[in-house]
Amino acid sequence: MQALSEWFTELLADNTIFTAQTLGYYGSGLVTTVQLVFLSLIIGLVLAVPLAIGRSSQRRWIRTPIFLYTYVFRGTPLLIQLYLIYYGVVFFDGIQETWLWVLLEEPFVPALIAFTLNTAAYTTEIFRGAIKATPRGEIEAARAYGMSRRLMMRRIILPSAFRRALPAYGNEVIFMLHASAIASVVTIMDLTGAARFIYARYYAPFDAFLFVAAIYLCLTFAILYLFRYLEKRLLAHLKPLEQ
Amino acid sequence: MNRLLTLTMMGAAFAMTASASVQAQDDETVRFGVDVPYEPMEYRDADGNLTGFDIELGNALCEEIGIECEWVVQGWDGIIPGLQSRKYDAIMSSMTINDDRREQVLFSDPYITPPSAWFIPTDSEIDDVSEEGLDGFTIGVQRGTLQDNYATDMYGDVADINRYDTAEDLVLDMESQRADIAFLDFPVGKATLIDNEEYDYQVIGNMITEPKEYFGDGFGIAFRKRDEALAERFNEALETLRDNGTYDEIYDKYFSM
Amino acid sequence: MIDLHGYGPRLAEGALVTVEVAVLSLVLSVILGLLTASAKMSRSWFLHRLGTLYTTVIRGIPDLVLMLLLFFGGQMGVNVITDWLYYQFDIDIFININEFVAGVLTIGLIFGAYMGETFRGAFLAVEYGQIEAARAYGMNHWLVFKRVRFPQMMRHALPGLSNNWMVLLKTTALVSVIGLSDMVRIASEASKSTREPFTFMLLVGAVYLAIASVSEWGFARLQKRYSVGFGEAD
Repeated sequence: MQALSEWFTELLADNTIFTAQTLGYYGSGLVTTVQLVFLSLIIGLVLAVPLAIGRSSQRRWIRTPIFLYTYVFRGTPLLIQLYLIYYGVVFFDGIQETWLWVLLEEPFVPALIAFTLNTAAYTTEIFRGAIKATPRGEIEAARAYGMSRRLMMRRIILPSAFRRALPAYGNEVIFMLHASAIASVVTIMDLTGAARFIYARYYAPFDAFLFVAAIYLCLTFAILYLFRYLEKRLLAHLKPLEQ
Repeated sequence: MNRLLTLTMMGAAFAMTASASVQAQDDETVRFGVDVPYEPMEYRDADGNLTGFDIELGNALCEEIGIECEWVVQGWDGIIPGLQSRKYDAIMSSMTINDDRREQVLFSDPYITPPSAWFIPTDSEIDDVSEEGLDGFTIGVQRGTLQDNYATDMYGDVADINRYDTAEDLVLDMESQRADIAFLDFPVGKATLIDNEEYDYQVIGNMITEPKEYFGDGFGIAFRKRDEALAERFNEALETLRDNGTYDEIYDKYFSM
Repeated sequence: MIDLHGYGPRLAEGALVTVEVAVLSLVLSVILGLLTASAKMSRSWFLHRLGTLYTTVIRGIPDLVLMLLLFFGGQMGVNVITDWLYYQFDIDIFININEFVAGVLTIGLIFGAYMGETFRGAFLAVEYGQIEAARAYGMNHWLVFKRVRFPQMMRHALPGLSNNWMVLLKTTALVSVIGLSDMVRIASEASKSTREPFTFMLLVGAVYLAIASVSEWGFARLQKRYSVGFGEAD
């Protein structure tokens, strides 16, 4: 351990790029990335549940607008959505004078809005698929108990749908982490933003981008293992019997 | 399966070579790398043609030497790597001569020495550009410029620094009030902010040319280190243009107040 | 009609660039995907590991980071080689990793990893009995591949392929960040100089949706073709 830390200090002392200052940029970039991704996922998740229920509704006037929303947000690049929200909100006359501007002034909030709307659209479709795949037997059993539609949704359909949605949702989380890299195009100093700054300052593309790629790789693995663990816990009843 | 492997290998190898364009270098023309828009130094006019102080001076220099000039547009981020990879033979794009860059490239003599300056909207609350004066405000700079380096080191602890790909993006965020103050080469700030018809901007504080470790020795043409002979020819031509008045003519066209 | 402030022709050119990038990266990714699938199913320990390493690493890194690395770093890497050639042998060549090349290589490399998974699953889904039957007819490896494994594999791979293509199409927007004049970049330039982001961004969004819809229709037809003899496509 002693040798390892000595080796590391030596390595750091010998280079001009990974100084305390630049590591600080990567550090705060990591915090920004995690905040951005975590918040948009949480809000997106909260939005997606009612949207998914509405999307599976029998009534056309509920179903169609939600379908259009998910179709448009899943069919166009996130970069366009980000540009539209970041540059678009400015053109509402007098927005700078309202309280909203306090939020929208920071690039973080427009980016958060774009990411949230995007992930909510994907998550809605994931949940819809899971709700649709509810085994008939479970619904019939719930009806036989005399459950109302509401109660059935809460006690039977949603819990089982959440479990089924887990693997697909895990992919969506990783997708969001990777997509968040584009936040750097609207001046946000996330992980990628930090790497671009350090590249521009030292003309060292390998150091700047390989380092940040390694951090993303670690984050991806962390998410992967978290979801694998969750699947093991929550989907245990679906595992094939051991021979 | 082996057949498939060989076949796809060949296909992949072919696709790679086909997409990486290989071309030999031409001695008769000098290609300049330039990043646009950076008004008034280099930008596109209404018809989409490249123009600006650098472009006109560069063309005049080539004419003096008796060679052809070609301009290659390249984003600022990749402009030095592009020179080293012989995408073009020189950079004439408002590049300040400083020690960091001297390690990478060979500079001509400086051909102009414009100062940097701070720009604010006329109704701004900012009244001085000291560290306390900018505490809590958002400074806009172009990523990877010397203004970026200076602002990052001097104000990084007290102010937010927004880094933009182009000067145009920065202007847009000044208009929408996302950035409170811009730090730019003076001629660029003048052309993009002060001469802006819809919004009123002003310069605050002094023109800045010191310390030299950040602000260097003016703008130079950058060459590959091994091209010393070429750089020398441009230095001589620059000397001639300064003597015969051509330089002043171009200068007045872009910088007369 | 919407007023494009004279940006119409440039936007059309940009749309063409977008389609070019998308199609070329699709070709590259299919080639890499077939290679990866072969490597992962191969009996060689080394090839198997190599395939796994490639798909794992590529799928763990954001596309934009990979693109920036290839665009900026790739050029420097190539420079080292060309400089060496120049100083050693006085050979002066110039290999240009421009925005277009970097974009296509990155997107192809990323989706090659996803295609690899799609193809592997699809090859494994072809019943072994069919291959044995083909061998019994005296077909050699190549014929078995051409007449039995490939067409059958395609039936299973098409849904995944179509899905990958849709994601790939949207990923092309990232080339605008490294400076290629695709339709997103031109739309963003136009919306900045005219101060009308809604006009241009919504238009480009609509073009993406249109391309996606057309290709959805195309894939449905292909699926029908490869499912001949299987009744309903599954």
